[in-house]
Amino acid sequence: MSPLRRSPSPCSSRPSSPRTPPLERFGPVGIEAVLDQLKIKAMKTGFEFNIMVVGQSGLGKSTMVNTLFKSKVWKSAVPSLEVPTPQTLELHSVSHVIEEKGLKLKLTVTDTPGFGDQINNDKCWDPVLGYINQQYERYLQEELLITRQRHIPDTRVHCCVYFVPPTGHCLRPLDIEFLQRLCRTVNVVPVIARADSLTIEEREAFRSRIQQNLKAHCIDVYPQKCFDEDINDSILNGKIREQIPFAVVGADQEHLVNGRCILGRKTKWGIIEVENIAHCEFLLLRDLLIRSHLQDLKDITHNVHYENYRVIRLNESHQLPRGPGWVNLAPPGQLTSPGCLKVRRQAQKDSKDDER
Amino acid sequence: MAASDEARHLASPSHCSSYGGTGLGDPRPSCSHGTPLKSPHSFHIMPKTACISPQLSDCDTQSKKENIRSLTICGHVGFESLPDQLVDRSIQQGFCFNILCVGETGIGKSTLINTLFNTCFEEHESSHFCPNVRLKAQTYELRESNVRLKLTVVNTVGFGDQINKEESYQPIIDYIDAQFEAYLQEELKIKRSLFSYHDSRIHVCLYFIAPTGHSLRTLDLLTMKSLDSKVNIIPLIAKADTISKTELQKFKVKLMSELVCNGVQIYQFPTDDETTAKINASMNGHMPFAVVGSMDEVKVGNKMVRARQYPWGIVQVENENHCDFVKLREMLICTNMEDLREQTHARHYELYRRCKLEEMGFNDMGPENRPLSLQETYEAKRHEFYGERQRKEEEMKQTFVQRVKEKEAILKEAERELQAKFEHLKRTHQEERMKLEEKRRLLEEEAIAFSKKKATSEMFQSQSFMTSSTTMRKEKDRKKDPGYRLELLCFDVRACETNDGRYDADESREGFSTRGQHE
Repeated sequence: MSPLRRSPSPCSSRPSSPRTPPLERFGPVGIEAVLDQLKIKAMKTGFEFNIMVVGQSGLGKSTMVNTLFKSKVWKSAVPSLEVPTPQTLELHSVSHVIEEKGLKLKLTVTDTPGFGDQINNDKCWDPVLGYINQQYERYLQEELLITRQRHIPDTRVHCCVYFVPPTGHCLRPLDIEFLQRLCRTVNVVPVIARADSLTIEEREAFRSRIQQNLKAHCIDVYPQKCFDEDINDSILNGKIREQIPFAVVGADQEHLVNGRCILGRKTKWGIIEVENIAHCEFLLLRDLLIRSHLQDLKDITHNVHYENYRVIRLNESHQLPRGPGWVNLAPPGQLTSPGCLKVRRQAQKDSKDDER
Repeated sequence: MAASDEARHLASPSHCSSYGGTGLGDPRPSCSHGTPLKSPHSFHIMPKTACISPQLSDCDTQSKKENIRSLTICGHVGFESLPDQLVDRSIQQGFCFNILCVGETGIGKSTLINTLFNTCFEEHESSHFCPNVRLKAQTYELRESNVRLKLTVVNTVGFGDQINKEESYQPIIDYIDAQFEAYLQEELKIKRSLFSYHDSRIHVCLYFIAPTGHSLRTLDLLTMKSLDSKVNIIPLIAKADTISKTELQKFKVKLMSELVCNGVQIYQFPTDDETTAKINASMNGHMPFAVVGSMDEVKVGNKMVRARQYPWGIVQVENENHCDFVKLREMLICTNMEDLREQTHARHYELYRRCKLEEMGFNDMGPENRPLSLQETYEAKRHEFYGERQRKEEEMKQTFVQRVKEKEAILKEAERELQAKFEHLKRTHQEERMKLEEKRRLLEEEAIAFSKKKATSEMFQSQSFMTSSTTMRKEKDRKKDPGYRLELLCFDVRACETNDGRYDADESREGFSTRGQHE
């Protein structure tokens, strides 16, 4: 194909070349209408979002999910003494379709009861990783079919919210191990759970220590720095990165405060308002997850994490001779370094090089 | 072929099976031909865009299966901004749209594209003398407010110009397949980058029909028939300002009925979404659009409009009474661009992919109906292929060794022969030599004998002179004296002097051997 030509489109506000007559008066062509078409299509097809919450029991995961989606996704269960704590980690998935203003969202929440509850928590991340990889595998198999469906059902985990217990000190070894392994496979958003047990200063100190820990162990949480496309993204994401991990409080009961009915936790010394930015950072979390970065989470899962998984899978199953697609990988179990996350950037650069 | 395609669609369970659906937005997955169809034309043609909201139907069926309940939210979560997020991402990525224009030379393809996009793409007139049909693709980047569109226009150069038009449409099919193939290759790569891949698959084919007023030409029919399962076809009547209104109506009806009779599946605008259903349905009834293209401006009233000026009047491009250009623009760009792209990806590309993979021998169901994964099949094929290759290598090696052996044998044979010849020659030479030696020896002996004889005869002569009895006789004798005769004889083996009877008459030529008798 001949190289791209920049045609002096009359529809833009750029001055047109003297060769073409000024054509603004004929009206725009109507290319903009494709955005509306997209919106209509999106409304029709609906959205899917899969979120996983990981953390020890009692940190308020179920309550948090309920608060995020303003509905009883989980019945927050008080573990009774008769039911023994599960010996192994079992994952619990539940799906709902929520609708808001004509827009349908199919929400799947995966819970991990029993995480970190045993005495020996060695390899407790294996079931979680296994589950995530299983979803990738399912998608891959669907994609490889000869007659495939028009719309492949997407069960891949788009976001994993990791609940850090509010010790006030720093990340525990379990947290570090888990985060290291998980951040290569899925988008991880760490949050400080039950933040109402920390004062504001303690929160800040805890947060900065956590950030140092993360940097020290090369844990790349969402939003990853290597995926910032342009300067706007960098600025926006930079602000978010300064405040990761968010200190959140979850509540699903409403109380009366100043005549308004708001969600909060009532204690003897006051009511902690969940949606008050001065009290906790729940709003930031919600905005990140739902209002501004949901599509981005899905994109990164699809374009980066899923592609990484696919490369690993397709490479390891045959003893392929080293062709152009060969990726030098460590044996399974030691997942690749965050350098692998740069596959997207690298792929772009490669394709540009190839074109040249 | 179209019918079998449809049958295949209907039969495969994994496709959203409501192929016969009307597209009226009915979410029931098993909806079939029962509901009445609105558009009179589409009564005959199977609606192409019949996969009605598969996601919703999937959702519903799934919710029945998995007991997904609908939650009521008591508050504002805020995900209605999701479409905006999607749109933002698309804006960032940019859109791409590929148009293929098929029509004979000079029918107005380039002009129409210019008029459609309000831009003068640099085009010069193509010649009529091309030996075969070529496809020429050019990519442009258009921008309208914040939407970037990468437009690729593919033109058929030389279509319908040849005297023998049999091979006219094959290059077009090859080109479309090549684009699908490129995408498939990219998708099957291990390390792939689909999101930054420049999608070159043809999204819509504008087929320009010459305004004869009679019917479809054979070439047009054949071309459209072979393209209809590969690309969305929108037929257009070009240069519509040469037909009068009544003729145009008749022509349109005739064209549509011919297309239907021959089973050509043209693109039907989707009527499954409420916002666009009505307008799309009505537009479906106006197909094929009669278009006029022009980049010239003419003053009409107090405005400058695009038009073609004739001595008898002005044909305005954007006047709905004059031609269907506005309808085409609206349908193609404003309303259905996204649907065209989706159809290309979800229907035509999937069909191509399935055919291609099945051709290569992949199957979803192995023997005993166990679902085979692509991977297993691929591995099996690889083993097979390697085995095959090993075998062939062995064969070739064998052949090679064989040949070498044969050559060696031949060479050895030749060597032996040469050796034998050499020996033979040597022996002959030796024999000759010996013979010659023998002859020489005999000759020497004779020489000695002669000299002896000469000496004795001289002695005789001197003795006979002394006796002096016979002079005459001795002279005569002397003449016949073998001594003198012997001289001559020595140098002429063939002489057969029988004077003294000592030399045989039949001295052979090899003769020295038979001699031997001296006195």
